[in-house]
Amino acid sequence: MIDYSDENKILQVEHLKQYFNIGKANEVRAVDDITFDVYRGETFGLVGESGSGKTTTGRAIIHLYEPTSGKIIFNGQDVSKLDSKKQKQTFRRDMQMIFQDPYASLNPRMKVKDIVAEGIDINHLAKDDADRSKQVEDLLETVGLNKDHSSRYPHEFSGGQRQRIGIARALAVQPEFIIADEPISALDVSIQAQVVNLLKKLQRERNLTYLFIAHDLSMVKYISDRIGVMHYGRMLEIASSDEIYAHPLHDYTASLLSAVPVPDPEYERARVQIPYDASQEFDGKERSLVEIVPHHWVRASEDEIPMYKKRAQEDSRLKK
Amino acid sequence: MENDKDVLEVRNLKINFNTYAGTVKAIRDVSFDLRKGETLAIVGESGSGKTVTTRSIMGLNSPNAVIDSGTIMFKGQDLLKKSRKQMDQIRGRDIAEIFQDPMTSLDPTMKIGKQIAEPLIIHKGMKREKAYAQALEMMKLVGIENAEQRINNYPHQFSGGMRQRIVIAIALVNYPEILIADEPTTALDVTIQAQILDLMKELQAKTNTSIIFITHDLGVVAGMADRVAVMYAGKIVEYGTVDEIFYNPKHPYTWGLLNSMPTMDTSGTELPSIPGTPPDLLDPPVGDAFAARNKYALKIDTEKQPPFFKVSDTHYAATWLLDPRAPKVTPPAPIIERQKHYAELVHEELNKSKGNHVEEQEEQL
Repeated sequence: MIDYSDENKILQVEHLKQYFNIGKANEVRAVDDITFDVYRGETFGLVGESGSGKTTTGRAIIHLYEPTSGKIIFNGQDVSKLDSKKQKQTFRRDMQMIFQDPYASLNPRMKVKDIVAEGIDINHLAKDDADRSKQVEDLLETVGLNKDHSSRYPHEFSGGQRQRIGIARALAVQPEFIIADEPISALDVSIQAQVVNLLKKLQRERNLTYLFIAHDLSMVKYISDRIGVMHYGRMLEIASSDEIYAHPLHDYTASLLSAVPVPDPEYERARVQIPYDASQEFDGKERSLVEIVPHHWVRASEDEIPMYKKRAQEDSRLKK
Repeated sequence: MENDKDVLEVRNLKINFNTYAGTVKAIRDVSFDLRKGETLAIVGESGSGKTVTTRSIMGLNSPNAVIDSGTIMFKGQDLLKKSRKQMDQIRGRDIAEIFQDPMTSLDPTMKIGKQIAEPLIIHKGMKREKAYAQALEMMKLVGIENAEQRINNYPHQFSGGMRQRIVIAIALVNYPEILIADEPTTALDVTIQAQILDLMKELQAKTNTSIIFITHDLGVVAGMADRVAVMYAGKIVEYGTVDEIFYNPKHPYTWGLLNSMPTMDTSGTELPSIPGTPPDLLDPPVGDAFAARNKYALKIDTEKQPPFFKVSDTHYAATWLLDPRAPKVTPPAPIIERQKHYAELVHEELNKSKGNHVEEQEEQL
């Protein structure tokens, strides 16, 4: 079980804002004041439509962008304030990323062993060449690839295998925290389950923490301990994955969940999609995340709190 | 299987691709029918041949594709024997296609009104004014607001979901007999996907178009299809009505597919997955192509390809497990649950026909 005490927070995102083209006519508020915590050993799922800011959030956390404002605290340290080279390098070791597209994220001119070992080389984690090869072979076996594959090039692998290479590369520097940005969206159904199982197995064995970004809600629900729902750059709701499905408090969450296709013809014939009117987010009221019931947060204004409290006691609006 | 209602009959289709590495046997003996007004879903992984099958119907396969054998009968004529010019006449008039990516299937330099009116001008020889008037009607039908103004917009001025509506408008403007939808919602968000699927159903009810729906998303299939064909390694391995495939699947590959998709109720540490990867079609296996990944495989699976075994008048599956001589196997637990539900459905159906109406609306799965 995950320890949800304050000491066990591995990542704290506080009032993060990430704007692009600031001050220009085409200013984009990709992430607009979001706050959430991730606890050691858990999988935090981030869901939302394309353009909701979930990928930007992930990229801001790993510090690919300089945040417009707000703080990202990882292991008690503000990632914007890492000044020495050593601190930065440690941060980059502790936090790794797995990308969506297994075709674009591997250099086609590098051999698999060099792709996987790049982090090992940069961080001087191998004593000598033999140790480097040994580490690479172990990593390939960990992710379910054959160690003889290490001298091949990426084009010789299928999409699922490439994603495994991407996972091996992330693991090479023994990270604590992995941001997985739509890691299975480009894979076939039968392969998706393999990769998800691998990610879960690695998490158990290495006590990894995941930020799992995806739009496939049923897969996110399956893999995540807690889920954050994003829309228009804002976090609308955070709760455990069971709770969010049993009691989606925000209308947007309910609408999103009701749109998920279910592999059951009878369910599909009876489907009622809950409509959502986004204008309710823009009525000018002051809103922030409020804990309605323990561990269940929703973006609400003062006068909406009683309504959400009532909703939390009612049965799910989603037909089961 | 042959009857008046069939609008398309594909028989024994075999297609190879000549590549530098050798001959890829992409389609290995595929036969199916498409009936008037129905939606036939073709499900399978990438490389299983679903797109190549529909490209053959459209006459759009790449130049290195060789049709080894087979016929595709449409209105009494074999589409595979048509010349390119003749196919140009059929494509967009009788058979139209919606492609996966609405971002790339529209011409970015052409106003959308012209793109929707074009099929009318080309195929029906309509005058510009009349074609544009009809294009406007079509835009309203697919739910584009302010159609009068937006008819002069370019594709980049629309969102992904709106672009897919435009693509649908182009495909349906000539009221084709057959609409091929190749992963039409894969690039879209779930909420937009739900809108597009509803729109397709609504338009089908109005126009009675037959739809071939290609997807790998079984959730979408459950909501859209009347009948389902499951493809694996260039072959159809199981086909039946949507209820038969989802509640009474017989092929281990179908079991694997249904199990590996988590539903909102799935929990547990391990997701049942299909081990391994699909076979290389440069050199397809001798027996059942799924045997290597199939824990229920029999010895004969590695030696001989299974024929179709009849499950019901509408349901067939190509697996040796259905042979009377095969040992009884127990399917995975979730599949047994599905089959139990199927038995209930059949029972209910029987009771209904006897006149005893069973009031069990909210049957739990």
